[in-house]
Amino acid sequence: MTAYQTGLLVILALNVLGAFAVYLPLSAGQLNLGIAGFMAVGAYAAAWLGNEQGWGATAAIAAGGGAAALVACAVAVPILRTHGIYLALATFALGQVITAVFLNLEPVGAAAGYPVTEHIGPAAVLLTTLGVAALVLLLSCTRFALCLTAIRSDAVVADLMGMPVRALKVAAFTLGAAIAGLSGGLYALHYNYVEAQHFGVMLSTYTVLYVLLGGTRSVWGPILGAAFFTLIPELLRASAGWRYAIFALLVILFMAWRPAGLLTGGLRLPWRRRAAEETP
Amino acid sequence: MALLDIENLAVSYGPVAALRGVTLAVEEGRITTILGANGAGKSTLLRAALGAVAPRAGTIRFAGADVTRLPVHKRVAAGLSLVPEGRRILITMTIEENLLLGAHLRPDQGAVRAEMAAIYDRFPNLASRRHMAAACLSGGEQQMLAIGRAMLARPRLLMLDEPSLGLSPLFVERLFGLIAELNRGGLSMLLVEQNTGLALGVAHHAVVLELGRVVMQGDPAVLARDPRLQEAYLGESAEPAPQPIPAA
Repeated sequence: MTAYQTGLLVILALNVLGAFAVYLPLSAGQLNLGIAGFMAVGAYAAAWLGNEQGWGATAAIAAGGGAAALVACAVAVPILRTHGIYLALATFALGQVITAVFLNLEPVGAAAGYPVTEHIGPAAVLLTTLGVAALVLLLSCTRFALCLTAIRSDAVVADLMGMPVRALKVAAFTLGAAIAGLSGGLYALHYNYVEAQHFGVMLSTYTVLYVLLGGTRSVWGPILGAAFFTLIPELLRASAGWRYAIFALLVILFMAWRPAGLLTGGLRLPWRRRAAEETP
Repeated sequence: MALLDIENLAVSYGPVAALRGVTLAVEEGRITTILGANGAGKSTLLRAALGAVAPRAGTIRFAGADVTRLPVHKRVAAGLSLVPEGRRILITMTIEENLLLGAHLRPDQGAVRAEMAAIYDRFPNLASRRHMAAACLSGGEQQMLAIGRAMLARPRLLMLDEPSLGLSPLFVERLFGLIAELNRGGLSMLLVEQNTGLALGVAHHAVVLELGRVVMQGDPAVLARDPRLQEAYLGESAEPAPQPIPAA
């Protein structure tokens, strides 16, 4: 595998993690537009713990995920009082605030950026992503995931049926943030440099688009969306200056063709018989 | 002791009092029906019993324990289950998922599967479409699904809010057959129903609410003949169903 291909695979892995971070709360109906802020928390936490506290790579990255989860849990209570477009706005503002804080935080380099001494190779990034993907897949077969879908469909009925709606929403939001923090930590230690500007509006927006384009109804949607957004612009590289125009056109066409995302149902897995075939 | 014991319950929505000093008891194994005009507080009473609205005053005891301050999910776990007005099934989710969600608090997966199979046996239309979005069901089938979903929580008290609303006469008959049958199996029920004639026909005890207060309660057969009830709530259709409707 060439260095270019490996590099691309790492970017894909980080994007898939970001997409999962958006997907989990979205499956309960919460649009998190500030996901880059949680990635920044993870990245800076992992970088600082490695640089200043001498933590090993694994511990630092895990702590990055933990730090993002802590921040999410702390803000979840006020933020999840809002719904729909207001929740999106609140998370958007939160992402901006977090980035602004790091941009001015002298101990981690402020606007000059923050070099990271600990390093992890591409294999570590890919393996962690595979692990998280497996966990999210497992999670999607549990009652927890079913309850999140119920909350998205009708939160009032979910409450009447005895689901602890508030707690489930906080859990989905926090879990998403933890994955975002993890991806931030991996990013920091793989590229050995973090700067606050990277974790801006565009990163949050793209990450949300991976999920919306890929499909919000199954775990495979975010994976497909991230792959589409990461790989297609690369494939279009030959067309030089036109590649983003062609790419944008493709996105519009896909949204027109499949407004609910590329993947709407579950994946048609060959080893899983479909509903229609089960019943006579 | 009564299964559900409500004492001096008061509920307000802002400055508007929905229930004032409501006291009633639901006996184990019986069907209690709550009658009253629109806005009398019937749905509020069910929601307060479930914990979806907080009371301003009063106590709610269920199965001997004070549940007044418990959140909904603890009351559902304790055996209270509501079939909400308008059914409110999750139409974007499959029929199977709707049923599974009814049992989301139960650890005994084997028994849940068996009970789901029994529901499918009883309602073949649900079985044949179990993996389709519940939106494909007719109103009557959705009501059966809503009751099945509530039953999968293994309630000790099943509360039904206007179950016959918007159903065809055929399904209303099947619905009341099902209610009578579930009750013969020992299930206690609290039934809010616009169709007073049918409700009085199936119930063992009736409570009449008016503007948030209990104005009458007692034997349904006696209440059905009470001229005040006939004038105020029943109008022309005051006659109770001549006999309980046979199971569909």
